Amino acid sequence: MNITNIIYAVAALSIMGLLFAILLGVAAKIFAVEVDERVPLVRECLPGANCGGCGYPGCDGLAAAIVEGKAPVNGCPVGGAAAAEKIAQVMGVEVSSDEPKVAHVHCAGGCKAVDKARYEGLKDCNAAMRVASGPKECAFGCMGLGSCVAACAFDAIHIVDGKALVDTEKCVACGKCVATCPKKLIDLVPKSKKVHVNCMNRDKGPVAMKVCEVSCIGCMMCQKTCKFDAIHVEGGVAKIDYDKCKGCKMCAKACPRGCIEPIPTAEEKEKFKAMQKAQAEKAKAVAAEKAEAASLKKD
Amino acid sequence: MNYFAAVQAGLPGSMELTDILFLAISAVLVNNYILVQFLGCCSFFGVSKKTDTAVGMGMAVIFVMALASIVSWCVQYFILTPLELDYMQTPAFILVIATLVQFVEMFMKKAMPALYQALGIFLPLITTNCAVLGAAITNIDNGYSFIGSVVYGVFAGVGYMVAIVIFASIRERLEVTAKCPKCFEGFPIALVSASLLAMSFMGFSGLKIW
Repeated sequence: MNITNIIYAVAALSIMGLLFAILLGVAAKIFAVEVDERVPLVRECLPGANCGGCGYPGCDGLAAAIVEGKAPVNGCPVGGAAAAEKIAQVMGVEVSSDEPKVAHVHCAGGCKAVDKARYEGLKDCNAAMRVASGPKECAFGCMGLGSCVAACAFDAIHIVDGKALVDTEKCVACGKCVATCPKKLIDLVPKSKKVHVNCMNRDKGPVAMKVCEVSCIGCMMCQKTCKFDAIHVEGGVAKIDYDKCKGCKMCAKACPRGCIEPIPTAEEKEKFKAMQKAQAEKAKAVAAEKAEAASLKKD
Repeated sequence: MNYFAAVQAGLPGSMELTDILFLAISAVLVNNYILVQFLGCCSFFGVSKKTDTAVGMGMAVIFVMALASIVSWCVQYFILTPLELDYMQTPAFILVIATLVQFVEMFMKKAMPALYQALGIFLPLITTNCAVLGAAITNIDNGYSFIGSVVYGVFAGVGYMVAIVIFASIRERLEVTAKCPKCFEGFPIALVSASLLAMSFMGFSGLKIW
């Protein structure tokens, strides 16, 4: 092996590379295009994941749109408030603070939901949907085949006990899973809110009860219990109004089906029942007293 | 060994005008890079949705191929062959092509912003377009003269453009009028029509001179 050959090869390619680099450097100066100087500044504030969660083709697209005023400064769901603040500084505007969100899967069925058949097809929810709306008796619930897991670029959603579960620490609310789920079970919810209805079954009570251990039967108990008018049964399923919810968890305790998160312990449930009973008795006593007073007045 | 002597010894022989003419025709029709040799199919499918962008892409490829042929020919016969570095051909040519594409991209951004926007990601992708590298290597392998290489480069690009423009107009027509099964819509039917187009180009192999 001739050592000069190696030296020649390395030298020749290095010199060529150097020449081309100079050429490109000069060309970059000559053909420099004037772009709005804020675009690269805004681009720097963005996370650079190019996830497309904002609806623009990658971070460059969003940066251009923000500078043009087509997108809000908090258009990046991944960067969240931190990025929005930095971008607002670049753009010289006030940021309208938006609460950080996370994805939430509105189904707690999984292994608790009754199977209709054994599905042995492609491990993809959209494919399974085409076979009689999936392998579960419940036509609304999570099939646990993990299309959302595949869609997530941040490893923030996993199949646990046969259903999808979001890791709120890792979730950046990019909305990929929301768009993927054929059952439309996933939703972006405010990160600070901890009370969620984990069922989307719109069937009537008896039907819903048969297909899953933890289905919403639309019994209205939660709606009656809520003191803030924040939970309503719409179309056969309870839904929380996150603007009004104060997170008191009363609805979760009142739910006879255990489909409202956080699931209360048996002890909590007992306590709640006792309290409700006491309240009812108290109300009864008050009513009786009033009735007595009224009858006394009459006399 | 004397460098100039080495260059002299390495240069390929000159070519007849008729040879060059045949070379040009064969580059466009008989040895069409996309439809006969199946090189550079990525951008062929990617940018063939609209005829306008297809024409722009074709132009860009012609330009890059011509420049790549010139520069790679010079690199081969003035640097690699005299220094006995023929085995460095591929990295050296990739370097040349990558630089050229960067250059074209900068130029286009300045001079033709609309085309730059339309080509998008596919302009940098010419860097890794095997048709461009294929043309550069074919020039050397077949021992074409300088003029022959330039002509071959340009007409290989023209062949690319012919293929992509025909294909783009077919796809435009498909989009509007053709009734195809739901499962074939979009990319699958594009692949099917590309294969039919390729078969029709096989007909030109009767013209084969080389």
